Amino acid sequence: MKLPVNIKINGVAVQREVEPRLLLVHFLRDLPGLTGTKVGCDTSQCGACTVLVDGLATKSCTRLAVQADGSTITTIEGLAQDGKFHQMQESFWAKHGLQCGFCTPGMILTSVAMLERSPKPTAENVRHGLEGNLCRCTGYQNIVRAVCDAAAAGAR
Amino acid sequence: MAAKVFGSAIRRREDPRLITGTATYTDDLTLPGTLHAVILRSPHAHARIKRIDTAKARKADGVVAVYTAADTDAVLKPMPCAWLIPNSELKIAAYPQLAKDVVRYVGDCVAVVVAENRYQAQDAVDLIDVDYEPLPPVVNPQTAAATGAVQIHADIPGNQAFHWTVAGGDVDAAFAKADVIVRDRIIQQRLIPTAMEPRATLARYVAATGELTVWNTTQNPHILRFLGSLITGVPEDKLRVIAPEVGGGFGSKIAAYPGEFLAIFASMKLGRPVKWTETRRENYQATTHGRDHVQDVELAATKDGKVLGLRCTVWAGMGAYLSTAAPGIPTILHGLMLSGPYNVPAVKEDVYGIYTNTTPVEAYRGAGRPEATFMLERMLDKLSDKVQIDPVEIRRRNLLPPFDNGCAVVTGLSYDSGNYENALNKALDHIKYKDLRAEQARLRKEGRYLGIGVCPYVEICGLGPSQVAGAVGFQGGLWESAIVRFHPSGKVHVFIGASPHGQGEETTFAQIVSDELGVSVDDVKIVHGDTDNTPMGWGTYGSRTTAVGGAALATAVRKIKDKAKALTAHLLEAAPEDIDYKDGSFFVKGTPARAKSIQEIALLANVAWNLPAGMEAGLEATSFYDPPNFVYPFGVHVAVVEIDGDTGEVQLKRYVAVDDCGPQINPMIVEGQVHGGVVQGVGQALWEGAVYDDSGQLVTGSLLDYAIPRADLLPDIDVLSTVTKSPHHPLGVKGIGEAGTIASTAAVYNAVIDALEPFGVDNMTMPLTAERVWRAMQR
Repeated sequence: MKLPVNIKINGVAVQREVEPRLLLVHFLRDLPGLTGTKVGCDTSQCGACTVLVDGLATKSCTRLAVQADGSTITTIEGLAQDGKFHQMQESFWAKHGLQCGFCTPGMILTSVAMLERSPKPTAENVRHGLEGNLCRCTGYQNIVRAVCDAAAAGAR
Repeated sequence: MAAKVFGSAIRRREDPRLITGTATYTDDLTLPGTLHAVILRSPHAHARIKRIDTAKARKADGVVAVYTAADTDAVLKPMPCAWLIPNSELKIAAYPQLAKDVVRYVGDCVAVVVAENRYQAQDAVDLIDVDYEPLPPVVNPQTAAATGAVQIHADIPGNQAFHWTVAGGDVDAAFAKADVIVRDRIIQQRLIPTAMEPRATLARYVAATGELTVWNTTQNPHILRFLGSLITGVPEDKLRVIAPEVGGGFGSKIAAYPGEFLAIFASMKLGRPVKWTETRRENYQATTHGRDHVQDVELAATKDGKVLGLRCTVWAGMGAYLSTAAPGIPTILHGLMLSGPYNVPAVKEDVYGIYTNTTPVEAYRGAGRPEATFMLERMLDKLSDKVQIDPVEIRRRNLLPPFDNGCAVVTGLSYDSGNYENALNKALDHIKYKDLRAEQARLRKEGRYLGIGVCPYVEICGLGPSQVAGAVGFQGGLWESAIVRFHPSGKVHVFIGASPHGQGEETTFAQIVSDELGVSVDDVKIVHGDTDNTPMGWGTYGSRTTAVGGAALATAVRKIKDKAKALTAHLLEAAPEDIDYKDGSFFVKGTPARAKSIQEIALLANVAWNLPAGMEAGLEATSFYDPPNFVYPFGVHVAVVEIDGDTGEVQLKRYVAVDDCGPQINPMIVEGQVHGGVVQGVGQALWEGAVYDDSGQLVTGSLLDYAIPRADLLPDIDVLSTVTKSPHHPLGVKGIGEAGTIASTAAVYNAVIDALEPFGVDNMTMPLTAERVWRAMQR
């Protein structure tokens, strides 16, 4: 059995018929080929698969594609606009907020959603805001710096 | 002329692709016609396979093939062990790609299904019926070494993989004349590396040409090509290994594994590309673990705190099979560093490598050195307690004095350079040690428990001289190579054998070239990770890429400079020895106005219209660099913790890291390495531990159960440095990748024990969870 799914991804309407069990992260990676979203744990601990679903940071490995029917999704590929990096991307770059880069798409999108809710967080707020995203390389310190830097630059 | 960039914190050129989701990791690749493999793994720690029925699986939707050992055995050689430590009675158990008659750990490979998509492959795996006869398992290395223990491999009595010893000085005499002896049983718990990217392979075999291409999440593509050729029989010239973007390794992506060879096997059989990507649960069950030592340690000293000797016995759990480099980790990389940064006149260590019904262990960030540092630092704090001398003063009395060109130590190594007390003073000044002790005393009166841990360390990295590699049984060389190629336009390609995967050498290596030749850093591209277009290299691990690969690069660049001088001399009608170089320009001494830029030289060398007699066209150089010694970075870390008296929760309040890796090419990247390294070591002290139950089930089998550090649990780390050049490295640099992990576990552990001093607690098992600490406080 297959069900129709319509999702607007990074401004583009994507329509597919999929098995009901297909995970959203596999939908994103395998159908439109948006492989920037990563699978890191399968149990929704690591946050590497985080995307914005209707503006909310969402772990796409624990949501079915059919549950996202009708939604609007931003993946890491859709964050830069007109060839210009989003401020959060700039800040991650400037503050060395990444090493191997695997957690980075999820970290950046979680941070973007965090600043939507709370535009001027303290470093401690940021640390709490990132507790659902795991990084094994950076020790988080420069990620926190990056998010604070983006906030200071007025990123939303 | 380009600005000087060696030593500047420029942004990483790796990042634009990584922050936009346009980097390509192995699992992001799919070729036309790609099939997907899923491995059936043993649910038992130890069992006999009586029967495997794959009939239903073969008929399932989308399934193309199902393979068991009956299929793979005739084609694939067993997994080799590549570190054959000498004089150790090493016994290597057969390590088949798919288990034949017996499974030996939860996660052992039993069968593989290949299907049109991964969901179908997973469905079919669930349809394979295996009849197991469970056998009793053994998971603790010391238990497995005991008389009468379950035998894991029929041909290896006592489960003993090896018995290795290191000795120096007269340790018995040291203990005989000691005023005090302190002892401890230390459990270096088993850890799970948890690179954020799970392992993956995409294999494409083309029967018409006999060529095999393997995209793999490896730290060392050239080693995988070498081993892969031995295992599959595909000649090395027809085997291409590509490490695309690799999402962290920490040692877990050094080894060769059955996963890649099952994908390769299937592609060779089916003539289609086959992809295999592990789940996190598989990563926890079947990608290598680290540590797993049971250590009995004793230290002899005088009553005024001078160390006389160290004696230890270690049971090192190796898992069910010996992984690629595993035997060298608890021996060469551990035992030879027993004396650390101290003058220890006598040492003796016996290391027993023991097979257990668990996941094979391998290098894990620090690899042997954290286990040595912890042992020594723990003993020094116990000595401090016993003789009632401040732990910092104890260390001062035993630190080696400064040296800048060689210091022979008791285990037979010669450290390259060190200035340990300088680093100690810097760390103590920064954290205001005396004030901190006063604050600790004050808070104790209020019923608050502050603890301080001070950990000097020295480590061995930049592996290493190939002659030494051979002497210690490493089945390969440990040199590195680099090709530097100037294009006619003055832009530069650098091809390196090493394979960075997050450490930033695309940036730092460009900084080296830029600094030595005056080209803009943006005009230098570093190429790595593809065995078809990079020169041989032995991989990125052991903090060796900058220490060895960077030296190869510096040497190649200097060859370019020599050729450029020779060409300039020809063009300016001068003698080569009269040519000077400064900031990207070559000129006759004293007449800098008549100069040739490196870009002009690159063009003239490439067009080759007017070269001196005998000079070859082009501006390109290759270097193979085999280091004359290891490098020995060092430092001092200080941890400050506070323990919640009601809950036992440990809060890491402050952390100061003073590290000396020699001159820093890019301080921002060095700092990032320290942050990450420290936090991994803190993870071992406070949260992480792989737990097997008595039946051999991995209880911590996912990120739900295994606690790697989170952002909200950590303070900012103060990162400082001192600079002591390596006397033998062309740029004076050492390594920094593992330093943080080597020091921080001991610093944090000692801080917790220090905080619990009012409770008389002097030993706990890591990780120091709130429950364990609370229980210790109730003792």
